[in-house]
Amino acid sequence: MITDIDINDLKRITELIHTRHGYDFRNYAMSSFKRRILRILELKNLTIESLIKRLNDSPTFINEFLDELTVNVTEMFRDPGFWRALRDEIIPDILLNHKTFNIWHAGCSSGEEVLSMAILLREMGIHNQVSLFATDLDVTILEKAKAISYPVKNMEINEKNYIRYEGKWSLRDYYKEENGKVIFDKGLLANVTFRRHDLVLGEVFNKFDLILCRNVMIYFNQALQNEVLKKFHASLFKYGYLAIGSKESLIWCDVANRFLVVNNEEKVYKKIKD
Amino acid sequence: MSRFNLNNSYKAVVIGGSAGSFQGITKILAQLPKTFPLPIIMCLHRLKHVRNGFVEALSIKSVFPVVEPHDKEQIKKGGVYLAPSNYHMSVELGNYFAMSTEEMVNNSRPAIDITLSTAAYVYREKLIGILLSGANRDGGLGMKHIKDRGGLTIVQEPTECMIDTMPRAALSLTKIDYVLKTDEIVSLMNELDKLYR
Repeated sequence: MITDIDINDLKRITELIHTRHGYDFRNYAMSSFKRRILRILELKNLTIESLIKRLNDSPTFINEFLDELTVNVTEMFRDPGFWRALRDEIIPDILLNHKTFNIWHAGCSSGEEVLSMAILLREMGIHNQVSLFATDLDVTILEKAKAISYPVKNMEINEKNYIRYEGKWSLRDYYKEENGKVIFDKGLLANVTFRRHDLVLGEVFNKFDLILCRNVMIYFNQALQNEVLKKFHASLFKYGYLAIGSKESLIWCDVANRFLVVNNEEKVYKKIKD
Repeated sequence: MSRFNLNNSYKAVVIGGSAGSFQGITKILAQLPKTFPLPIIMCLHRLKHVRNGFVEALSIKSVFPVVEPHDKEQIKKGGVYLAPSNYHMSVELGNYFAMSTEEMVNNSRPAIDITLSTAAYVYREKLIGILLSGANRDGGLGMKHIKDRGGLTIVQEPTECMIDTMPRAALSLTKIDYVLKTDEIVSLMNELDKLYR
């Protein structure tokens, strides 16, 4: 088993993906990127050279590769305090000025946070007033997100989070169980648009009142985080909100002074300057 | 005459622990010299859904405040860092932290192996790794990486551990330089401090 990869080999891989497939991983954080490549080598039983050959020769391998490379570990209602803050403070504040509004889930992965949001909005009775956009780089994971079906074993943590979130009902009211899987009520996705979007190379495509991008930019280096945060700033209406992961920060980035910290514990920021 | 073979070229101390390590870690942090010259990077198993309380509990008796760093935060001398709940914590070239939410490793997130291995990669022979009491094998491989890169390896004396699976895992995987009781780890930290003055 290969236990370490030379930086130069990692560079060969990122350059190849960039020139051959148009994805830019050159500014990803090094240690997690290396672990992801090591994981792919192990899962697919490849060496560095055979991986490079497949990336070069096979036009379809890239999607399989991206699905393993991107981290798709997520939970419903992760950080229940964050979701309570959305329900009790952030969304009521948006509603003061807008009867209808837009939310962007940037890097939505298998959709657990989109689903959490849909449940939150339904329980607030405003589900039909909100348009949600859910984007990810990985087309394979977007299909999973659209299916809103998860292994039963994932539900323990989701149920616990929902209870800590202090939701109105039981999470069980939203899904049915079939063959070791749970399938959520498709109606929850009524106002959700899924689309492929690349945060690194993609353009600003819409304006939003709330953007959630939690634990996505941790896989980027600081220079890339800075660029992506500029895009988020440009994608927000003035006085719109940006939510990032509890251990992320935008204190050091170029657009920091155009945001106000509204909840430091849960890392929610408000755009106050264009 | 010291029983430890130390020098003043180390750049960091990394500590792993799990079940039964709280008492030991508290003692080490409480008896650190005020001039301790190296950052201390800790990865301790903890409840995934409880974000608050642990860092505060560790800070009560610690000479230095204990912090849970943010993603991409610089590692500084005098800093005592704790891996936050539900994130893996890596050390990156350039001497800063990176967080990740990857799959659990050894049933753990944060995983000690990840923090120890990435620190070994960055600091090479300039790293001291300490593995304390714990009920699973997480950290064993990380200690091997530290030794393989030339760092100094220390485990808590298994007979003193509440649960000795973790230090024994390290002992079976690699050469451990010192097998020490908590009080001896405290002495080693104090001797190390004197070498930097």
